[in-house]
Amino acid sequence: MNTLFLYTMSGLALFAIGLHGLIRSSHLLRKILAANLMSSGVFLIMIVGACGTDQVMIDPVPHAMVLTGIVVSVSTTAVALVLVCLVQETTNRALLWQKRKRGQGGRTDA
Amino acid sequence: MPDTAFWAVCLVVVPLFFALICFVRSDQAAVLGLLAAGLNALAALAMTVFFVRSGPLRYAIGGWQAPLGINFSIDGLSVLLVAMTAVTGLSVSMYARGYFSLRIGSAGEINRHGHQRAFFWPVWLLLWGALNGLFLSADLFNVYVTLEIIGLSAVVLTALSGKPAARLAAMRYLLVSLLGSCSYLFGVALLYRSYGILDMAALARLISPAPLMWASLALLTTGLLLKTALFPLHFWLPPAHANALAPVSAILSGLVVKASFYLMLRLWGDIFAQVLPFAAYVLLGVLGCGAVLWGAVQALLQKRLKMLIAYSTVAQLGYLFIALPLIRLDPGSSAWEAVILLIMSHACAKSAMFMAAGSIFLKAGHDRIDDLAGIKEVLPISSFAFVLAGVSLMGFPPSGGFVGKWLLLGVSLAGGEWWWGVMLVIGSLLAAGYVYRVASRLLVFKVTFFSRRQSIPPVMEWSAVLLALLALLLGLLAGYPLGLLEAGSPFPLHACREVMP
Repeated sequence: MNTLFLYTMSGLALFAIGLHGLIRSSHLLRKILAANLMSSGVFLIMIVGACGTDQVMIDPVPHAMVLTGIVVSVSTTAVALVLVCLVQETTNRALLWQKRKRGQGGRTDA
Repeated sequence: MPDTAFWAVCLVVVPLFFALICFVRSDQAAVLGLLAAGLNALAALAMTVFFVRSGPLRYAIGGWQAPLGINFSIDGLSVLLVAMTAVTGLSVSMYARGYFSLRIGSAGEINRHGHQRAFFWPVWLLLWGALNGLFLSADLFNVYVTLEIIGLSAVVLTALSGKPAARLAAMRYLLVSLLGSCSYLFGVALLYRSYGILDMAALARLISPAPLMWASLALLTTGLLLKTALFPLHFWLPPAHANALAPVSAILSGLVVKASFYLMLRLWGDIFAQVLPFAAYVLLGVLGCGAVLWGAVQALLQKRLKMLIAYSTVAQLGYLFIALPLIRLDPGSSAWEAVILLIMSHACAKSAMFMAAGSIFLKAGHDRIDDLAGIKEVLPISSFAFVLAGVSLMGFPPSGGFVGKWLLLGVSLAGGEWWWGVMLVIGSLLAAGYVYRVASRLLVFKVTFFSRRQSIPPVMEWSAVLLALLALLLGLLAGYPLGLLEAGSPFPLHACREVMP
């Protein structure tokens, strides 16, 4: 049981907790936080991959990938937060499955 | 002297550059957007011409080689899909020009419509650039970045409509897309850990069965299936595609779902083809059958035209997955050709259908199928476009859909697995059912139709007709694009052939 293994397992645990939260929680803000947790788990696993078996040479490629991933994650979160505001604005609650009558749910646009 | 690589770079840079300009000069967005669409189509044409002349190519942008630099790999498959995107994108752009000016010209809520136009063009160009980038990328991480851009801009376009249903659908789409790309990224991380490389061509040579590889394949596949909306993961697709604005629906159904399917094709048809057991392909094929049945039955039950078309997309995506086991079964290349034909003809036909439905919606003020009887009196060209596109979806000769299904049928009979062929025929019959259900309302009944007074601009009607005609004629012209596939993309065919006994 070395440090790298511990990091990998923590990454996996973060991913699993995030996945659970994304599926189970009903509030949209919680879902977005859970998605962020998931990507943090993946980033952790990627960074651990940068440290090779000999632990002397550090591989720069995973760092580049994680940096890109963080940028992507920040922008996704921004879009998601704006959408939550829009949903809240139109339906008065930030929930995905709104209680409403059976059927197609409202008029659509052309 | 510009060459294939120059035009390939143009295909990514031009839409992105114009997306920025459109965002800044939102008063000129439509003109700039059309200009970008034209330039992009020219670049796609030029790239195809140079590709035919000089063959497949790998290009390291700025001379930075593989792991840290961005590499393009241009082969027959990517050229065909870029061309498909260019043709469909150009007609959708022309349609969108008419669509937004009509809506802004009409009374009421002028602010909202102007706002929609100002945001449609930059986001659509961003999406276009990302699609081109995805088809041309050579490594799996760049593909992740383009997938994220595609997902985000598709979500923004869905939410553009502003109706509560569209916003909820966009939110659901975003969460599914997030889950999908997170899973994909996890898969990429595991692949990099095991092989230290993400280049697709190099991975195809290195892949060997190992626990980490299976985990990464499962994660990559789950992510892509979520984004491609394969049954039973399709739940997000119909509301998102049906509630968006008409040009957006055309883009989402015609192009966006094809992007993640293209990756499935690369992963399952090429990179992992050496190690995957046939049973895995059968599993995907069975899910595809489920999609064909479920999508078609749901389409038959829908009351609204756009919902019907959206469920038809679910069904048509099923065919693409039925083709996966057949690609594996096929000793030759006809299953490959069939799947490419199906992708291209579905892109044209489905976009045309959504465009025609959008015109009908604007003219009638609603899209309840039962109340559309007799609309051909006021909108003959759009009704014609709808039915033409329907013919291609049903798979009647001489459409591209027909040739694709015919080739698949031949492969399934020759390979002794006739049940795939039976599914194709049942799917076509069901498709005929739902297309006929609409066509009978649009064309047959003679009643006076009460419509809004606003007239639909010709560019909206004719762009839909042209695209539908193209889908229909694709069957006759199939030889040329398929020759391109043969010439430029030798690797997937061999990869499959070696494994088969």
